[in-house]
Amino acid sequence: MLFRQAGIFHTDYAADRAMFPIPLDRWMVGVLLALGLAAPWVFSSLALTSYVMPWLIWAAAALGLNLILGWAGQFHFGYAAIMGIGAYTAVHGVRAGIPWEIAVVLGGLMATVVGIVFAFAALRVKGLYLALSTLALQFVMDWVISHVPAISGGVSATLQAPTLRLLGQQVTSEAGLYYVALGWCLFVTVFMLNLRRTALGRALVAVREKDFAAAVIGVQSFYYKLVAFATSSFIGGVSGAILVFTFYHAVTPEQFSVNVSIELLAMVIVGGLASIIGSYFGAAFILLLPGQINQLVAWTAKLMGADIGVETLAHIPQMVYGALIIGVLLVEPMGLGKLYANVRNYLLVWPFGYARK
Amino acid sequence: MDLTYLLELSVNGALAGLMYSLVAMGIVLIYKSSSVPNLAQGSLVMLGAYIVLAFSNGLGAPMWMAIPLAMAFMFFAGMGIERLALRRLAGRPIVMILMMTLGLDIFLRAGAMTIWGGSGRPMRIGISDDPLFLGPLLLNRAYVVGAAVTLVLFAVFVLFFRTRRGVVLRAISDDYMASWSVGISVERGVALSWALASVVATTAGVLWGSIQSVDQSLSTLLLKGITVGVLGGLDSLGGAILAGILLGVLESVASGYLDKLLGGGSRDLVVAAVLILTIMIRPHGLFGRHDIERI
Repeated sequence: MLFRQAGIFHTDYAADRAMFPIPLDRWMVGVLLALGLAAPWVFSSLALTSYVMPWLIWAAAALGLNLILGWAGQFHFGYAAIMGIGAYTAVHGVRAGIPWEIAVVLGGLMATVVGIVFAFAALRVKGLYLALSTLALQFVMDWVISHVPAISGGVSATLQAPTLRLLGQQVTSEAGLYYVALGWCLFVTVFMLNLRRTALGRALVAVREKDFAAAVIGVQSFYYKLVAFATSSFIGGVSGAILVFTFYHAVTPEQFSVNVSIELLAMVIVGGLASIIGSYFGAAFILLLPGQINQLVAWTAKLMGADIGVETLAHIPQMVYGALIIGVLLVEPMGLGKLYANVRNYLLVWPFGYARK
Repeated sequence: MDLTYLLELSVNGALAGLMYSLVAMGIVLIYKSSSVPNLAQGSLVMLGAYIVLAFSNGLGAPMWMAIPLAMAFMFFAGMGIERLALRRLAGRPIVMILMMTLGLDIFLRAGAMTIWGGSGRPMRIGISDDPLFLGPLLLNRAYVVGAAVTLVLFAVFVLFFRTRRGVVLRAISDDYMASWSVGISVERGVALSWALASVVATTAGVLWGSIQSVDQSLSTLLLKGITVGVLGGLDSLGGAILAGILLGVLESVASGYLDKLLGGGSRDLVVAAVLILTIMIRPHGLFGRHDIERI
């Protein structure tokens, strides 16, 4: 009824290959896009800069991690370090006088190079051991970033990010920064949407399902694993750079510590492996929900007249965050994206449920 | 290079390393029975320490009574975690299981902070601070006690694996399908291994808590525990003991000399390097089983 498939005829190849063959999907994407473009006028200034914009950038980063975890099936517990490398390279580049666009791309390329080094070290093993070795590499990168003064400027230094200059124009307004973030997020999303129907995407899926079996049918599994590491590192590096330029405005080593890696991993898992809309859901869930629940707890406590200490209140979001991960994994291990897919599949034939095989 | 300094670093390192083994033993116990890499072991250690304090400070029980009470509590807590969280994920891809244990880790850590606050609390178990001299070497008395307890626990586990229950656990770790088909309750065995790991974690929590203090940082023992576990082989208890000594000596000696060169903080770097090198050179560890993969 809602997602009506009747009347959709694939009469030529272009129609057959359409990204969203069902009209309602197209409408929904259109509305979301319009909302995204109108956001500076729809949302308040606070909501825009502290909720919507970081959400979009983290969603882009989560999509990059999803490429390697969900599509290629390889663990990456050091994604925050990759983002950090992109951020530091871009900031140093702009400070050295390189134009902003080139510096950000350079950040992505530097992240790619380090990501490939990561991959060469880590890809000799898989599964749990790959997870642990990337985790150890994250610790090494943390140490290198914070202990080499040329990168971080000292152990506990903060490096101010220069003003964002896009094509020679200074971008300082909230709306301008938001559109930079939105543009990057849209670019990554479109890339990921198209990835799954290219030869590369199919090869990655084959490697994910079983790398030996993929090798038997002629897919070089090591090569594709490397490509996956490189691509997702590029996305991560640029996301890190954009995060620093539009949201943090300064860069410190703690912004890209091991906890952030785990947070990104949680976004991907909670959102759903190999699910694009899931990455958005996951980023929103992990980023925004704990704070909201904390406010709810504080509000309820005030209402009930109970006195909750400041310290207790400060740790509740973290606890909610852990509980969210556990809860989602128990309810639907494939994440929120799968929940959305379930609802959509139900509505595909609703109200004629018996028509489903 | 002073030989006494080197010896002192290695002996103290070995003793501290044996206490890392205590954390690793919990990870090994769980991995052996269910192939679940328990990344929440660090927070179990922390939780155990807090529970001991809750019994002794909160309820006023003397320390000799609080520790067994806490162990009993943690026994059932571990069983509960397995029953509620991990059993439903059996057979799922490992990424979900890893994420579940990470989620547990975050939840337990933040939960402990919410309930007990972030400030460190002392744990007094009656080890005196007097220096202990072994010839010219200055030893830390708490490390000596910790190492001794680790060795005793290891001996207990060696004996335990010869009892009927222990043989059941060994069968499950060998081949859980085959154990299922001969009528062994695999679920109960896995639950038992979680319970035992939680008890071991409580012991580690008490010992480490008495050395530093009981706070959130106890859960960072996870990195050392997992490194020891991987180095020794994730399914070998004896390997965990030997790897603990190795890592302890390496860490202590290397950071003793490197800290001056690099300006501090090289301890974690040594641990991470050992982890990476182990995985690159010999992923199944010193004594672990090398599994052959089938398509």
